[in-house]
Amino acid sequence: MSTFKISVRQFGVHAILIEWPNRVEESILDEILQFIQFLKKNHLDEKEWEFVPAYNSLTLICKDTVLDFDYFKPKIKEWYAKKGKIDPATRYLWRLPVCYDLKFGLDLEEISGKLSMSVESITELHSQNIYTVYGIGFLPGFMYLGGVPEALEVPRKATPRPKVLMGSVGLAGKQTGIYPQDSPGGWNIIGKCPVPMFDVKKENPCFVKVGDKIQFYPISMAEYQLHKIESEVGIYNIEKIVLDA
Amino acid sequence: MLNIIKSGFFTTVQDSGRFGYRDKGVPVAGVMDSYTVSKLNTLLENDENSAVLEITMTGPTMEFEQDTYIVLGGAEMSVTLNNKPIDNYKVYKVNGGDILTYGKLLKGFRGYLGIKDGFKTTVVLGSRSFFRPITEQDSIKKISSLPYTKCKLFNPKISELKVDSVLDKSQLEVYKGPEYKLLTDKQLSQIFYKEFSVANENNRMAYQLNESIDGNAISMLTSATLPGTIQLTPAGKLIILMKDGQTTGGYPRILQLSDMAMSILAQKRSGDLVSFKLK
Repeated sequence: MSTFKISVRQFGVHAILIEWPNRVEESILDEILQFIQFLKKNHLDEKEWEFVPAYNSLTLICKDTVLDFDYFKPKIKEWYAKKGKIDPATRYLWRLPVCYDLKFGLDLEEISGKLSMSVESITELHSQNIYTVYGIGFLPGFMYLGGVPEALEVPRKATPRPKVLMGSVGLAGKQTGIYPQDSPGGWNIIGKCPVPMFDVKKENPCFVKVGDKIQFYPISMAEYQLHKIESEVGIYNIEKIVLDA
Repeated sequence: MLNIIKSGFFTTVQDSGRFGYRDKGVPVAGVMDSYTVSKLNTLLENDENSAVLEITMTGPTMEFEQDTYIVLGGAEMSVTLNNKPIDNYKVYKVNGGDILTYGKLLKGFRGYLGIKDGFKTTVVLGSRSFFRPITEQDSIKKISSLPYTKCKLFNPKISELKVDSVLDKSQLEVYKGPEYKLLTDKQLSQIFYKEFSVANENNRMAYQLNESIDGNAISMLTSATLPGTIQLTPAGKLIILMKDGQTTGGYPRILQLSDMAMSILAQKRSGDLVSFKLK
């Protein structure tokens, strides 16, 4: 039995938006991921459909055809009611190295003042925590991570930077994440990750998927340089732990 | 090879886009004016996904190395083949050594160059559409070359087409977006009873409009966006996402453009007027 009430809405003529209760909650995300598996396995061909999960919603996008929404609306509700408990795709906890050196952590000193915490306490707390990937968007490979401890909640910068460097680790409000490419950005920059989050040369260009978890661990500048080179030549192995095992 | 002698303002290779990577944050990309491009590929009897050149505002000068057939369409630009003017929606044979020169933009904003069997540039994640950082290039550069397959003989079933052009249209048909219900009566009348002008901030990612309506301070959880999604910002600005637009967003998605409206808007430039009509 599926426990949440869902709403099914037309989104243009090529997409359907399915929404769960308006909350950031792991149990909701689990339901969405289960439903994706269920739909892919039983009803919707992956060659024809895209599945975009984010927080409390799932958007189904059909490749070319104009959708018959009157057909799909009751169908989707029916399928959801039938879903039952199924295993989502295997999820991983990814352990990503971050160099919190002040050379990379451009805003660490500033937010240390704002949060009345030492730079060391900030980076310690940031790397102790485990974050959940609630969505991927904004840029290719950009993760929306949930689970920032309240003590680290700090407003985004008043003026965004015109260019934040690829790999920069940002912190803003209830969110933290890594800029996968150079981009303008308004988050406070606290460190840099040497592992690219998006690589078009790989069959799966982004190793992380929605529902996975992320933990950062601190590394020195020397380790950063080493891992960066290892990543560039393709011999860096990202540490991962299977969840739900 | 098609050799680029002069690059023009902003020219890209585009096909029908990159499907299957939106859950990784990769925009669909693909031609902005798909209505026009489908005509070009039909005339050339190409696969509908064949890659064309999308030529924005001012076009390049190019030299063909091999024989082939081409069709132009979309924006009206003064284009010459070996110094002789050529028209839109007409199949032309070109020979190795021929020079195609784009001149003045007369009407519209994006011209298209279709070629027999499409351009054969590298496929990245299932598509040839330029989009950095997925593809190395964001636009064609001087002294670069674009591969295509030589075609000595082609007898088109139709050699010329009268096209109901999108260039003269300015009314954009829209569907209700997921957050349409948030709109007040006042906002609705502001949207549907006046014209908007295209802002300077317009590109393949998004078109902004100069005029504002009442804002909306509703904060919502980030959710998927599509090409053609119209977002309303807290300050009351309307942002229309286009083909390279981000795959998720946090502003209310109040309206959604029809496919035809996307093609119409793709031919507008700064200052051009548009209006909305609910479908």
